[in-house]
Amino acid sequence: MDDGVLGREYADSAVICHQGEPGDRMYVIQAGRATVLREEGGVEVVVGELKTGDVFGEMAIFDRQPRSATVRAKGAARVLTLDKRAFLRQVHEDPSLAYRVLEGMSLRIRRLDAELSGIRRCPQQEAVLAAQARG
Amino acid sequence: MRAALEDGSRVGIIGGGPAGSFFAQFLLSFAHRMDLDLSVDIYEPRDFTKPGPAGCNMCGGIVSETLVQALAIEGINLPSGIVQRGIDSYELHTDADRIRIATPLSEKRIAAIHRGGGPRDVKELTWGGLDGYLQTLAKNLGAKVIAARVSEVDWDKGRPRVLLPDSARTYDLLVGATGVNSTGWQLFEKLGLPSKHCETTKAYITELHLGSETIGRHFGNSMHMFLLDIPRLDCAAIIPKGDFLTVCLLGRDIDKDLINTFFESPAVKRCFPSNWNVAEGVCHCSPKINVREATRPFMDRLVLLGDCGATRLYKDGIGAAYRTAKAAARTAVFSGISAEDFQRHYWPVYRSIANDNRFGWLIFAVVHWIKAFRPLLRGVIRMTAGEQARPSAAKRMSIVLWDMFTGSAPYREIFARTLDPRFLGRFAWESALAAASRGKVKGEVAHG
Repeated sequence: MDDGVLGREYADSAVICHQGEPGDRMYVIQAGRATVLREEGGVEVVVGELKTGDVFGEMAIFDRQPRSATVRAKGAARVLTLDKRAFLRQVHEDPSLAYRVLEGMSLRIRRLDAELSGIRRCPQQEAVLAAQARG
Repeated sequence: MRAALEDGSRVGIIGGGPAGSFFAQFLLSFAHRMDLDLSVDIYEPRDFTKPGPAGCNMCGGIVSETLVQALAIEGINLPSGIVQRGIDSYELHTDADRIRIATPLSEKRIAAIHRGGGPRDVKELTWGGLDGYLQTLAKNLGAKVIAARVSEVDWDKGRPRVLLPDSARTYDLLVGATGVNSTGWQLFEKLGLPSKHCETTKAYITELHLGSETIGRHFGNSMHMFLLDIPRLDCAAIIPKGDFLTVCLLGRDIDKDLINTFFESPAVKRCFPSNWNVAEGVCHCSPKINVREATRPFMDRLVLLGDCGATRLYKDGIGAAYRTAKAAARTAVFSGISAEDFQRHYWPVYRSIANDNRFGWLIFAVVHWIKAFRPLLRGVIRMTAGEQARPSAAKRMSIVLWDMFTGSAPYREIFARTLDPRFLGRFAWESALAAASRGKVKGEVAHG
């Protein structure tokens, strides 16, 4: 990656932020992709993927809780860090700046809803669908 | 009845630089959220893809750390085809010393760009300009760019009208984003805007072609700031771009003598290769810059943005264009387009920029005083060097300098930080030590 670009470069699998650490910044992917992983009982489970332009790490800024997941670069990635204080100061002057962050969070909740309904459907509905398939 | 934008309303923007393009983008984006169908025309005679004066908006070409972050949240991620160099540090030069200050995260968060197609003597168009890029984003959202210079306006049954040689178009809202280097102000006077023109002074900008490799070796990814005791010079910077260096001198009435004194100073000469004949480049200009705001930037159905209204003193003019453009667009879509609406919702943002500049003047006056009194200047360098040498040290002076030179924080906030007793105590101590000692400051950067 050349000099004429913004942010910081991360090699493949490099950790951008850690689950459990305090969230004093958020991030925007400038180039490349990243994987969102949740660590449960020492095992990392993939819970999502991020692409160029995606904002992440904002939940910890809004709810002041430790980071809910680890994010690793998937291939080489370039990521811009956004300061918590600078962001909150700007949102205070211009609340509409938070709109785009809300849009992203809204899309994420929709996706999670869809995934959740898929999981809950499994035991009962899959049996019905299987029965229908058998004729 | 208060005026407001409705489905089918027309908005005309005179000037297609960052202020005009940001306004168009935010207006159309907010209108989309409100299911409001607007028609937006941007009048801009220049072609920003052309090198030299034909496509240039005469500017140092820095997008500040704060603005880079805000734009990223807005979904405007400046691409590598626009950003010629990501800046991750700055170097402070005085007659005797040179010191590097890195960002805490060692991350490139300042964008060095050209506003248009590049300098007059550009050999090959490798990068696009910021103004053209922002204009394209506005066009993608539905704005129409009309390549014409507006020289006549009037009122048509209470609505502003733009008159071109072969056509006329009436608008529900007219937006002035003409900067200070055009005759745009005369248009606003014709419409009866009850405002005093902003005060201006002349800056000096030149582009030096050194080639990417030489620039990388001698200037790196740092902005170079010069604290030199040259009368009338408030701020001097050398900004590395791709193949060019931008030299930017700000102060009161920058003239030939001052420019020569700057280039002849040892602090400047030692930055360049030893065989380099330091002189101004083929492409240079002396643009006017706004140093005091227009007194009233709006009336019914007319609002001024960016440099022709208020901008941040010396630093982050593009950031001020972004802030004023967004505040005006927010007002127009969510409130209305009468003078009362702009007074209530736009004026506070405008005033905050203008009021903050009062602190800027104060800070630059203090800097002049420090530059003229050597022990204080060396105290600044000593204190900064000490902070940079110890990772755990509080970066009080470093942050003040960083925010001041990069435009990353309001002047009021910077000024408040300098009143901290711990800052003042340390500065007094380092200045006293500097007065008692001679020689270079420990921590000086060796390269260059």
